[in-house]
Amino acid sequence: MEKVWSAISGAWDATTESQVWKSVFRHGAVTSNRNRVLVMMSNVFLHLHPVKSRKAGIKLRYTWCMGGITFFLFLVLTFTGLLLMFYYRPTVQYAYSDIIDLGEHVPLGVMRELHRWGAHAMVITVWLHMFRVFMTGSYKPPREFNWGIGVILLVLTLLLSFTGYLLPWDQLAIWAITVGSNMARATPLLGTEGPLTAALKLGEINLVNSGNDARFALLGARSVGENTLLRFYVLHCVGLPLAAAVLMAVHFWRVRKDGGISGPM
Amino acid sequence: MEFFKNAVNWASGPTVLFTLSTVGLLLSFKYTQIWSKKVAYIFFAVFALVYFTSMLDPNFYLIVAKPDNVPITFVLFLVAFFTWYAMYQGVENDKRIEAGEDVLEKQEQEKVWVWPDLVYTELLCMVILGVGLMVWSILLPAPLEQPANPADSPNPSKAPWYFLGLQEMLVYYDPWLAGVVFPTLIIVGLMAIPYIDTNPKGNGYFTFKERKAEIAIFLYGFLVLWVLLVISGTFLRGPNWNFFGPYEYWDQHRIEPLLNVHVSDFFWVRGLGRPLPSNPIVREFLGIILVLFYVGVLPVLMARPREKLPKFLQWISLNKYFQKMGPARYYLGVILFLAMLSLPIKMYLRWAFNLKYVVAFPEIFFNI
Repeated sequence: MEKVWSAISGAWDATTESQVWKSVFRHGAVTSNRNRVLVMMSNVFLHLHPVKSRKAGIKLRYTWCMGGITFFLFLVLTFTGLLLMFYYRPTVQYAYSDIIDLGEHVPLGVMRELHRWGAHAMVITVWLHMFRVFMTGSYKPPREFNWGIGVILLVLTLLLSFTGYLLPWDQLAIWAITVGSNMARATPLLGTEGPLTAALKLGEINLVNSGNDARFALLGARSVGENTLLRFYVLHCVGLPLAAAVLMAVHFWRVRKDGGISGPM
Repeated sequence: MEFFKNAVNWASGPTVLFTLSTVGLLLSFKYTQIWSKKVAYIFFAVFALVYFTSMLDPNFYLIVAKPDNVPITFVLFLVAFFTWYAMYQGVENDKRIEAGEDVLEKQEQEKVWVWPDLVYTELLCMVILGVGLMVWSILLPAPLEQPANPADSPNPSKAPWYFLGLQEMLVYYDPWLAGVVFPTLIIVGLMAIPYIDTNPKGNGYFTFKERKAEIAIFLYGFLVLWVLLVISGTFLRGPNWNFFGPYEYWDQHRIEPLLNVHVSDFFWVRGLGRPLPSNPIVREFLGIILVLFYVGVLPVLMARPREKLPKFLQWISLNKYFQKMGPARYYLGVILFLAMLSLPIKMYLRWAFNLKYVVAFPEIFFNI
């Protein structure tokens, strides 16, 4: 037993002292304060954090880790979403059967489950994160701007979930999107059934009709169909995640610049 | 058992549930001692017991166990838990402040190393969540219904669950308000919070007493006007968007008579006993005045000092806030607040008088 143990620890030492290991991790074992600083500063992922933080601020009972969990879920969704993109084709002809295949013929066929439940979970954790930030008054100066960024991220999360809802192309999907997008018809001035829209007239011609109103812009058609599927797919996989990623970068950066996790003055 | 089920069905009707939640929340602000551990344990035990034994009821199970409704069970329990947790910590800190001590967050001001103190917590969160998500995904397949069929609309057709608050609003307001104006106001209003709220206290720690008004308004908006509507929209709204108690069967053929009347009907037909005037502006003049009063005059009245208001209106005075916040912040805040309150006001008007529109110009889709 002792022999095995010493072999393992010998192998570990040899690994951590090798040129390869040292080229990756520039600091030594994290046993000294110097290395506690270095581990945070020399890692692109960890350097989002400060090196030191107020004790109260990093307690679970204070942050509930909700912001961190939300970010983690975003990463899970990006990863599983990427895998789903290998199999899924956003056309009326293939969409539904590709979803069936995902469950039945693809090895490790829980990617769609992870993606869907993760997405639901992310909506919930975003709400709870905002709720915590409100209840601790963390939106107060100097963090007003970052709260605003957070609100936009909330909207993006909901839009990401909403656009993703259509992609399985089942009854649940198209009718949820139909119900949701019908409201756009009622946009004042910009929707065919919106207040004041009827006033936009050139002679006898209505300037806004069902072929160019706000709902049409959303769906790319007069009803949820092929164009909508493509539009939602592109927004879901490219447009909205990019926007969210950029705003998240701003959000995290501002957390640091505004003084780190909030705490009493 | 039947008696209990009927009682729950009755209590979860929109009128009773909404009123009970509102009153309960307001009482909990007055008697803050209920945000204690003991009350939370009892409440949780009873609620979880009732909720999970209710799964034995076939109608209850059918709705709650529908795959896409499973997250709503999480919402229900998580929001309840974290509301309690935030208020509990706030009340505990309030006791400390009263005793002249520092709040808990202030007592732990020393700086600690992020490695390992924070990084390990994050790692642990990630592992637990990752495992939890895996288990959830293996146990419960993601929902997939019949292939999309534009010719066959299911009844009820529901928006994704997080928008059901807005869909519920459609019962009381037209789509241009419920689907466009109110969502915009919610987003703008949320973003405006830090600029409206000038109270410097309660920044960076849990408290209730130091921020009573802010927390009360936010919790009312979040818990009652958003989460409650999402939950009842998911579990209690059935075919034709009719209301069904949690133990009721979703009968596709149940018809509920709706006798909706407008303010103009009340005034011209029932009040004066004459037909509606043909000129729409004349027809709707009372509703227009009411709406203009609500958004234009009421905020000004509320800004006045108590003694300058007639006796029966003194309770609406928000002069204290007008003084503290200044006109710009005050008017922005009050108008957003009144916009928020317009939802419950319209709800109660509907339930009490079957009122559909205060102002009705169906000709140009302008109904309020």
